Amino acid sequence: MNNGEVIRARNLARYYRVKKGGFFRKAMTLKALDGVSFSINKGKTLAVVGESGCGKSTLARLVTMIERPTAGQFEINGIDGDAKDKATRKKLRRHVQIVFQDPYGSLNPRKKVGAILEEPLKINTDLNAFQRQERALAIMAKVGLSREQYSRYPHMFSGGQRQRIAIARALMLNPALLVADEPVSALDVSVQAQALNLLMDLQDELNLAYLFISHDLSVVRHIADDLMVMYLGRPVEQGEKEAIFEQPLHPYTRALLASTPRVDKSARKIRAILKGELPSPLNPPPGCTFHKRCPHMTDICTRQQPGLRLLHDRQVACHHAESIAEKGG
Amino acid sequence: MSATAITDYSTQAAQAPPHPLIEFWQYFNENKGAVVGFYFILFISLVAIFADVIAPHSPFEQYRDAILTPPAWQDGGTWTYPLGTDDVGRDMLSRLIHGARLSLFVGVLVVTLSLAAGILLGITSGYIGGYFETMVMRLMDIMLALPSLLLAMAIVTILGPSLQNAILAIAIVVLPHYVRLTRASALTEKTKDYVTASRVCGAGPFRLMFLVILPNCMAPLIVQATLGFSTAILDAAALGFLGMGAQPPIPEWGAMLANALQFVQRAWWVVTFPGLAILFTVLAFNLAGDGLRDALDPKLKR
Repeated sequence: MNNGEVIRARNLARYYRVKKGGFFRKAMTLKALDGVSFSINKGKTLAVVGESGCGKSTLARLVTMIERPTAGQFEINGIDGDAKDKATRKKLRRHVQIVFQDPYGSLNPRKKVGAILEEPLKINTDLNAFQRQERALAIMAKVGLSREQYSRYPHMFSGGQRQRIAIARALMLNPALLVADEPVSALDVSVQAQALNLLMDLQDELNLAYLFISHDLSVVRHIADDLMVMYLGRPVEQGEKEAIFEQPLHPYTRALLASTPRVDKSARKIRAILKGELPSPLNPPPGCTFHKRCPHMTDICTRQQPGLRLLHDRQVACHHAESIAEKGG
Repeated sequence: MSATAITDYSTQAAQAPPHPLIEFWQYFNENKGAVVGFYFILFISLVAIFADVIAPHSPFEQYRDAILTPPAWQDGGTWTYPLGTDDVGRDMLSRLIHGARLSLFVGVLVVTLSLAAGILLGITSGYIGGYFETMVMRLMDIMLALPSLLLAMAIVTILGPSLQNAILAIAIVVLPHYVRLTRASALTEKTKDYVTASRVCGAGPFRLMFLVILPNCMAPLIVQATLGFSTAILDAAALGFLGMGAQPPIPEWGAMLANALQFVQRAWWVVTFPGLAILFTVLAFNLAGDGLRDALDPKLKR
């Protein structure tokens, strides 16, 4: 394993073919995800933020092998994530697990907690029933569930407890990478903090890597090491959390940060309110996909799509990043 | 009452959980109607099994000197024939007892066949989708478009009239209901996160279909199966009436009912008793099915 890198993804893309309207209309291509590269080290968290429809969840579905990428590669613990043969894919499944957003839909209502937790072991290991139960009880203790809850049904639990069960299930196979798809956005604020702290404790204890998907910047600020801001399937700013929160360089990141409510008046330094809505990914604007909503838009933005480039310790995809860096913040 | 229920609950958590069958019975027992239905089914089943021992007469023996004898408690009735005799002098009670065999056999076989085939087709078409789903569902639509009795008659005509073929025909005719129900539930369940979670754990298509999705589709199927039980008995009777099901002199309830229709004015018992037998059996299955669905639904458990 090279310097503790758990996952490395290069130019991941996922296109969908959509048929809309009449029989004779041509099928269109929806670029849900278009060229995403990142890597996460052991014990680190990469947070992916962006508004709905920017491709965050598609990224989660690719990394957990629910869907296959249209283009690009990724490796988890050195194993090719798009391997064709079944044995490799099966092996890989043990390295990456997922926690879903809605704890009410992610647990099988017909199964007891014990059965839910033991299912991954049943499929992937040849432990006997007693060993499986031991492991399930051990993990339950780790996430703060009691022994009695082993033989209860999911509907007997609250949202926060259900999310603990979902986290426990994801940990059953000792994965190296945990994909968390908005794991706290369906929970009450008071319970959110508990769940986040649990995730952070588990990360310290098990040296897990997290791919943390969220639209809540205060949550991200709490948990992330690195940050990737996405817009219409592309990363627009990517780098260390501190650097980006300190001085956001992409106009979209600035708008996102400005939209977080602050109590402290001096912290509200950037005022940027986005006009308009997210363009349809079926028909993205030419050039920089953000130019229709961007306050810094100039002629070049409508013609040429900016690539990611290194500036002030982070990658940013904007033609005017330098001038923004000089002027603001 | 409520105080004991609370203490029961708290001690239950500390003890080992009860055996699944005992647990199931506890929940089933809460629905009194279902328990009554269950006991009636048990009773009818025992009657069917021990028909040879219980029945006072042979179901085929014609007592020519006792044609259309009324039940024992009416004028002219005799305890030799407790429920009277039919138009050729056969003992009604014995025929009903032996008829329980056939009717239960028809019901159980039709429901088993159509449920098994319906679940298989429904869940595979719901899970796999694509051309396979289109083909299966359009075929089911065609079957639904034809009047069910007509379709059953056509099938029996091709296969030849007998009780077995009637059963097969009815099973085929009711198949679309099970397929549609299973597919509809499978489609909604398939998109839920717990199915995706199982897939991320590496569950194969077989496991996903039959161990993850299917148990969550069972509630409407159980109800449909219990209702289908009654439809099966009635359809078998209709086919029998048309001479395409149970052949005389086989004592099948529906056929008995149909054959005796002309005597309804002067000998009410010939029609009433087979009718009541069908009614109670069908009702018992519906009640028991209702309770079964509730007892199997973990959301209703404490």
